Amino acid sequence: MRLTCPLCGPRDRREFYYYGADDYLHRPAPDAPPAAWDDYLHNRDNPAGMLRDLWYHEAGCGQWLAVSRNTVSHDITAVECVAPLRPARKKAVRNED
Amino acid sequence: MRIEGRGLVDRGQTLGFRFDGRDYVGHPGDTLASALLANGVRLIGRSFKYHRPRGVLTAGAEEPNALVEILEEGQHTPNVRATVQELYQGLAARSQNRFPSLGFDLLAVNDLAAPFLSVGFYYKTFMWPRHFWEGLYEPLIRRAAGLGTLSKRHDEADYEKAFAFCDLLVIGAGPAGLAAALEAGRAGADVILCDEDARMGGRLLSETLTLDDAPAVDWVMAALAELAALPNVRLMPRTTVTGAYDQGTFGALERVGLHLHLPARPHLPRECFWRIVARRAILAAGALERPIAFQNNDRPGIMLASAVRSYLNRYGVTPGRRVTVFANNDEARRTAHDLMAAGVPVAAIIDSRPHSSAVEDCPVYTGAAVIDSRGRRGLSQITVRHGGGISMIETDCLAVSGGWNPTLHLTSHMGGRPLWNEALAGFVPAPNAVPGLAPAGAAAGVMSTAGCLASGQRAAREVLEALGRKAPGLPLPAAEDAPYVIEPLWSVPGTGGRWARAWLDFANDVTVKDVGLAARENFASVEHMKRYTTQGMAPDQGKNSNVAALAVLADATGRTIAETGTTTFRPPYTPVSIAAIGAGGRGAGFAPQRLLTSHQASVERGAPMIEAGLWYRPSYFPRPGEATWRDACDREVRMVRGAVGVCDVSTLGKIDIQGADAARFLDLVYANTFSTLPVGRVRYGLMLREDGHVMDDGTTARLGEAHYLTTTTTAAAGQVMRHLDFVHQAFCADWDLRFISVTESWAQIAVAGPKARALLASVLDTMPDLPFMGCAGVGVQGVKGRLFRISFSGELGYEIAVPARYGEALFRDLLARAETMGGGAYGMEALNVLRIEKGLLTHAEIHGRVTAFDVGMERMLGAKDCIGKGPSRRPGLLGPDREQMVGLRPLDPEQALSSGAHLFVPGETVERVNDQGYTTSACWSPTLNSWLALGFLKDGRARHGQTLRLVDHLRGIDVLCEVCDPVFHDREGGKLRA
Amino acid sequence: MRYSGLKVVTEGLFGNRGWRPAWRDPAPKAEYDAIVIGGGGHGLSTAYYLAKNHGLTNVAVLEKGYLGGGNVGRNTTIVRANYFLPGNSEFYSHSLKLWEGLEADLNYNVMHSQRGLINLFHSDGQRDAFARRGNAMINQGDDAELLDREGVRRLLPYLDFEQTRFPIYGGLLHPRGGTARHDAVAWGYARGADRRGVDLIQNCEVTGIDIVNGRVTGVQTTRGAIRAKKVGIVVAGRSGQVAAMAGLRLPVESHILQAFVTEGLKPVIDHVVSFGMGHFYISQSDKGGLVFGGDLDFYASYAARGNLPMVEHVMEAGMTLMPMIGRAKLLRSWGGIMDMTPDGSPVIDRTPVDGLYLDCGWNYGGFKAVPASGWCMAHLMATDQPHDVARRFRLDRFATGALLDEEGTGSQHNLH
Repeated sequence: MRLTCPLCGPRDRREFYYYGADDYLHRPAPDAPPAAWDDYLHNRDNPAGMLRDLWYHEAGCGQWLAVSRNTVSHDITAVECVAPLRPARKKAVRNED
Repeated sequence: MRIEGRGLVDRGQTLGFRFDGRDYVGHPGDTLASALLANGVRLIGRSFKYHRPRGVLTAGAEEPNALVEILEEGQHTPNVRATVQELYQGLAARSQNRFPSLGFDLLAVNDLAAPFLSVGFYYKTFMWPRHFWEGLYEPLIRRAAGLGTLSKRHDEADYEKAFAFCDLLVIGAGPAGLAAALEAGRAGADVILCDEDARMGGRLLSETLTLDDAPAVDWVMAALAELAALPNVRLMPRTTVTGAYDQGTFGALERVGLHLHLPARPHLPRECFWRIVARRAILAAGALERPIAFQNNDRPGIMLASAVRSYLNRYGVTPGRRVTVFANNDEARRTAHDLMAAGVPVAAIIDSRPHSSAVEDCPVYTGAAVIDSRGRRGLSQITVRHGGGISMIETDCLAVSGGWNPTLHLTSHMGGRPLWNEALAGFVPAPNAVPGLAPAGAAAGVMSTAGCLASGQRAAREVLEALGRKAPGLPLPAAEDAPYVIEPLWSVPGTGGRWARAWLDFANDVTVKDVGLAARENFASVEHMKRYTTQGMAPDQGKNSNVAALAVLADATGRTIAETGTTTFRPPYTPVSIAAIGAGGRGAGFAPQRLLTSHQASVERGAPMIEAGLWYRPSYFPRPGEATWRDACDREVRMVRGAVGVCDVSTLGKIDIQGADAARFLDLVYANTFSTLPVGRVRYGLMLREDGHVMDDGTTARLGEAHYLTTTTTAAAGQVMRHLDFVHQAFCADWDLRFISVTESWAQIAVAGPKARALLASVLDTMPDLPFMGCAGVGVQGVKGRLFRISFSGELGYEIAVPARYGEALFRDLLARAETMGGGAYGMEALNVLRIEKGLLTHAEIHGRVTAFDVGMERMLGAKDCIGKGPSRRPGLLGPDREQMVGLRPLDPEQALSSGAHLFVPGETVERVNDQGYTTSACWSPTLNSWLALGFLKDGRARHGQTLRLVDHLRGIDVLCEVCDPVFHDREGGKLRA
Repeated sequence: MRYSGLKVVTEGLFGNRGWRPAWRDPAPKAEYDAIVIGGGGHGLSTAYYLAKNHGLTNVAVLEKGYLGGGNVGRNTTIVRANYFLPGNSEFYSHSLKLWEGLEADLNYNVMHSQRGLINLFHSDGQRDAFARRGNAMINQGDDAELLDREGVRRLLPYLDFEQTRFPIYGGLLHPRGGTARHDAVAWGYARGADRRGVDLIQNCEVTGIDIVNGRVTGVQTTRGAIRAKKVGIVVAGRSGQVAAMAGLRLPVESHILQAFVTEGLKPVIDHVVSFGMGHFYISQSDKGGLVFGGDLDFYASYAARGNLPMVEHVMEAGMTLMPMIGRAKLLRSWGGIMDMTPDGSPVIDRTPVDGLYLDCGWNYGGFKAVPASGWCMAHLMATDQPHDVARRFRLDRFATGALLDEEGTGSQHNLH
């Protein structure tokens, strides 16, 4: 199994850590009712078909990726970074120590 | 028996080999099977269940019968197909699954008892009395079952794994594969051509075909020479593509040294397991011939017709002196013609097709069938039923062809279901069963040579088009293009009575009758039949038997084959040694080894180095006169409490966090608050998982206004980094924040004890006056370092960090100075005692089921939001039913406590329903002269002062303890602040 | 037809012509007292115990494929009772006791073999964690022994005690642990249920669950509508899809677990050996194949097949632990679909729909649970009350926090 990391290109599955469905991206507000947290943490659509799930390029660039993947065929149709990519910063933070 | 002037083996050289203790001679190019047949050896194995005499059935990897053990000095390899094993000088093999010998096998009695060993008999008996199963029945069954043996010695041989990448992987180097590789290779594509055989060419090596009016072998040699000359083509003979996986990944096994006498080449691996990543692949794996079931169709001497031609044409061996051929297609004729051309007498052609030609240079029976055979250890006679009645034919070899099955296994590996093709009387690959993999040639059901060549070329052109390359369009050689005419015959009907058996699955001894009985017992689904009869579950995985068994089942249940469906082919295509796929894992190779910069210094002091995750850390530092680890540990603890100890703690995870929003970020990921931490100070932090349980703990130092350094435990360093990356990227990617792991950039050494300050002052350029939980940059003999006043021991303590390259030098220097002050190094054992005395946590306590409430830190969760806050308030995670962390001291301080014991109220029975809690850490405290334990107890914080019974059945410990606060030593913390 | 050695012999003498179908193939009736959706191990045992323990024989098992075609027919066959959390302990203990009487009860040899299970440990910390587990097993009334390194060497002399990456400190021996012939368990329960009058209906896929005013009234199937006042969903691997027909969203994510078998070998491994540090466990089947497995492939999937990284990891673990198996050849690998829950423990509970019951979330430990799962699910369906040993397998425990997290990895479905 291979994933195409938007930053690193096609890489073997063993470079990636798997988290789960992208429900984990939709964190409830701090004061959300318990049911919202239950859904966030536990309950899943768990489709036999297209799923958007979260992978971490742990042995690569350290980006968390949202992968559109078919859970039956393992076809992958899209891979995006979870965080919007930002241009390189103009000025490095000074190390004050 | 060799036939002069035939075959591709090198008759100019001889190779001596040994089988079952007898010496024989063969030639380079032989397989063990061809060499044995050349020497007239027909009996090679015994069958799995009935221990029937068996010989060679095939000439390839699908062989079900001729499985042997290959012997080496002190080691051997079981279940090797004699039909694949290439001959080398000195090869030694022995037969398997027989006792005491191949010729006389006591378990052949099973064959006589066959009526009582009907399919599934073991599910219906051996049930009484109950304990006889483990004691009697199962050991007997286990001993009778199985095939070859393992030596029970470590496999010390070399194996390798490798990756390869290509535009096009061509699987199989027969006519279709060669045509595909030529077309794509000439177009400049990166091509890998794999073939499981030692010699590429496929069936072209085994047939007397011509291409462009020249022997087919000539064309093969020219094609291979051209391919070998192309820099973009890699030829991989002896390489079986074993599995198809996602996104164009294939597994492949290369037999690197199995055809050689390896002791002479000590650095050559036996096998290499390849992971091949291909943009496109062509399956040109050919087809496998299948037998026909008739009574006693399993005797040595009964072979597939294609195998007879392979032995004759490729190896120059005739498997018999008087051969008969039996088929439901034209292979009978082709085989008879080749035999007669080589001067081998053909006793008869038996063609089951009634309307086939009767004109041959030997007797022909059309519309006929073989209905029985004779010959105890090898075929001597067959019985033929034909239009004129029944005839006996003396013959020592019967070549059988029931038609061909496309070798489509790889197309099933990703769930594709093969399709039944009535005209071929076989299954063909489902379209697009494996993305990017196109079947071609016989694997796609194209059976003529011309068809295969064209099919391979066409498949390559489609690949080139997809890759955006121009196809060169080479002309193909002229080749035979005969139609494939077959009339299905799976099992010869009406053969024999009650006791007659006709084999479908030779390897697992499954007969036509077995499939019928399974159907009668309503194991009528194809999967039930397979599992009930074990058909298709033997080493050949049904390559020889699946389709015929399906056909018999379809017949027995009144369905068509298409309705009956198939079972699933799964990886690997042919068996792969565990050592090859597991190459690199043996010994220490299984996981990385992480060493401290001070590793060597600790080893020099005699410290046993123990595993801590992937790291190695010193357990203790023995000194002369110390008899046990406890002596050393106790001394090290007293040393820290009384003078000064030095311990390398570099294994802790270290994450450097910078940016204007770093403080905000730490407030989000930690239960407690870091934005209020002044620069130059350190704070303990508790990190929760989003589900409200403790993930990790550690200290975080504020090095600058926008600069923090966070430490994690050794065990959770990776998990924490992953978590921080997730929280950042998923929830606050727009914050001004950067962080990176610096675990390996810094060596960090704990210096603890009343003399810690004095020791450090002696090595630092200037000793800063740090308060407890203060930090500062320091100079260490000119090197820029960091000093943290933190303690994991309860004593005055510091951790000093220097760039990792100075770690060893600093460790040695500190140690040398400490030893002059009555101190020295302390290891993990002492570290553990020190922290238990102080009630500090490790992952023994924060084991994943523990909340901040359980460890008494729920007050850390303030008003702000943090990861894990909401779910930590679930009712099940709060309240007196929770097990809360406590300390435990035995009423008699000398009575040993243990970790993993359970707690009970004295007087209540020791059983689960009365369980009050358990211990997580225990030690002898030389400071308090008592055993101590930490543990979790229901409503524990309210039960300080109670007496409980600590029971460890496994270690024979049953002790009364007093519940107390988990901080045993210096509860007020005066020593820390000294 | 009662099975026995005598029957095998007499049938053998008369050409094995008298064997009768192990179960019928009835057409579905219009109505049953109870329907069990799913003809796997758990569904069949549920039906069996509904009939046997509760006298409910007007029961149908609806199976979309063939009986025993799911995980009961594609696992590594380990049977054990070595859990330590209250809630799991008593349940698996009960299950093991049922296993011990299963052949006699079913009149079917499921080849339950109590050959002993050894969990290896590789550090003092792991030893203590296994001690906690072993003590919990004994407190529950089951058996456990703590072996030191030499104790392990006596039982498993073929392990690599010298070079392996994680030295062997010892092991927790569970003498009553072992294996069973997986298919036979499904067939034994199927035959037992059939003999008690349960209709086992294969090739019958449930396509809808009928609910009127919050009460279940029956199911829609590919073979027509069937009415019933009680319906049990016992379809591990497809729990989410079937529960969705009743509007439920489950705490389940489906994952792939691969398993492996080698070619047949003469007896060489006499126990079940579990190497947690390498995520590797192995036993030898009575036929002679080494049966072994490892961890999940770690991505949500319904593919019933895996990928090479985990295959290689498992083989590497085998090579570091017991390099004598290097010459054994992997014959077949396959994948099963696991209902993974956020705490790694199952659900046997009522649902918000009256008369609709749920048995799911077996993670990768469902095989050994087959007897007790059926026992408790049958109790729940018959009495509408949870069985005492399955009381904590509640569907709402994730919301309330009353978790059963043996692994301690928290609410990430694939980590259990």
